[in-house]
Amino acid sequence: MKTTPLDALHRELGARMVPFAGYSMPVQYPAGIIAEHQHTRAAASLFDVSHMGQGTLGGADAAAALETLVPGDIVGLKPGRTRYTLFTDGNGGILDDLMVTRTEGHLFLIVNASRKEADFAHLRAGVGARCKVEELTGRALLALQGPQAVAVMARLAPGAASMGFMSAATLVLNGEACFITRSGYTGEDGFEISVAASGVEALARWFLEQPEVRPAGLGARDSLRLEAGLCLYGNDIDTGTTPVEAGLTWVIGKRRREEGGFPGAGTILRQLAEGTGRRRIGLAILDRVPARSHAPIVASDGQPVGEVTSGGFSPTLDRPVAMGYVKAAHAAPGTEVGVMVRDVARRAVVTEMPFVAHRYYRG
Amino acid sequence: MAGLWFTDEHEWVRVEGDTGVVGISDYAQKQLGDMVFVELPAVGRKVSKGGEAAVVESVKAASEVYAPVSGEVVEVNGALAGNPAAVNEDPYGDGWMFRLRLSDSGELAGLMDRAGYEEYVKGLG
Repeated sequence: MKTTPLDALHRELGARMVPFAGYSMPVQYPAGIIAEHQHTRAAASLFDVSHMGQGTLGGADAAAALETLVPGDIVGLKPGRTRYTLFTDGNGGILDDLMVTRTEGHLFLIVNASRKEADFAHLRAGVGARCKVEELTGRALLALQGPQAVAVMARLAPGAASMGFMSAATLVLNGEACFITRSGYTGEDGFEISVAASGVEALARWFLEQPEVRPAGLGARDSLRLEAGLCLYGNDIDTGTTPVEAGLTWVIGKRRREEGGFPGAGTILRQLAEGTGRRRIGLAILDRVPARSHAPIVASDGQPVGEVTSGGFSPTLDRPVAMGYVKAAHAAPGTEVGVMVRDVARRAVVTEMPFVAHRYYRG
Repeated sequence: MAGLWFTDEHEWVRVEGDTGVVGISDYAQKQLGDMVFVELPAVGRKVSKGGEAAVVESVKAASEVYAPVSGEVVEVNGALAGNPAAVNEDPYGDGWMFRLRLSDSGELAGLMDRAGYEEYVKGLG
């Protein structure tokens, strides 16, 4: 089992450690998932996401090269800007979701822990001849998330406060040169901070000394992203789902729609024009019973129409919510369906996502 | 916690006359985390020792609660519908789940007393 550079700190803080994507990770601290979730929405939480993969693509051709693997507009990404995109396969399925930032001279990538080995192999095979693919294994990654994250960051680096949402900067925090993006995966304002592994513990301790900040684990990270309607790779998106089915068509750049040239473009562009047989939807569960991943979704006549891919309890709404895929005829918001939990159909309604409004910084 | 008998699946039963009140241990609630829903058995249902009797849903996952002894469900803790967190806050008191009329009090002999259970939990690391 691999560990992150903050393993000792997690244990000191009383975290419950669980295996996740080959790493021993904190699922929660003594406060518990609901308290950590609510603190993130109200103040600021520090997450260790050092298990995620970090890397760079170097060289003048890097952006054009990466466009052969993703449907996003990377050539048009301005220096200092970050974009969410997807690696697609030849069938239009999703190999991973990732963040791409253009900096002076290279592209900076953050990919999922469970996919990083496959992703970097895919990059080396796909674009290794056109640009320099480098995995950054000596770096840790922190996420500081919540409405008070900006006040905390400004205390260390005043320049952070003026960063736009989905923009990047290199700033010195606590004596460490950090690569920072104003982004996250909780639906809140916040920052992701890439820092040398050797300097992350001192920086994490500094954050945790701030009155606004408490530690939060993977459990709260999952319930926060679910409320925000954001996909978890391996649950809500995978090689069996396309960006169009997943409702992620906004990642496909305008120029890319016209030009194609990414894996699976034939399928994806046809689906954009003609629609898909099934779609990712949100579900508000009306009974108080949480519906988990793989729970069947049924129509009012009991016929199966889909499956839950992520489900759990929304601390903000104080009721269970879920996301999943249903046949297009049942995908309109307001459609009443059932979710099967332990062989009983529980009442649910197709609901717009996000379940809880995003509060990203808009300047 | 006097008079509590524990299973190795972390349920407890407190014998009161010919009935037993059932819940999950403090260790179990800590392992499972914040409770958000408890599915209780129907009154009148007969359960057998080791059989599934209830389900606790935490934020993260659903977990089965097994009957520590056999019997008929004669009462359930309806207050858990509005306050499942009682299982976290008071696992041996307000967090009780259901009451069984025992069909074989001899089954109690196979359970652990408090000291034995605490020793058992220590061994789980």
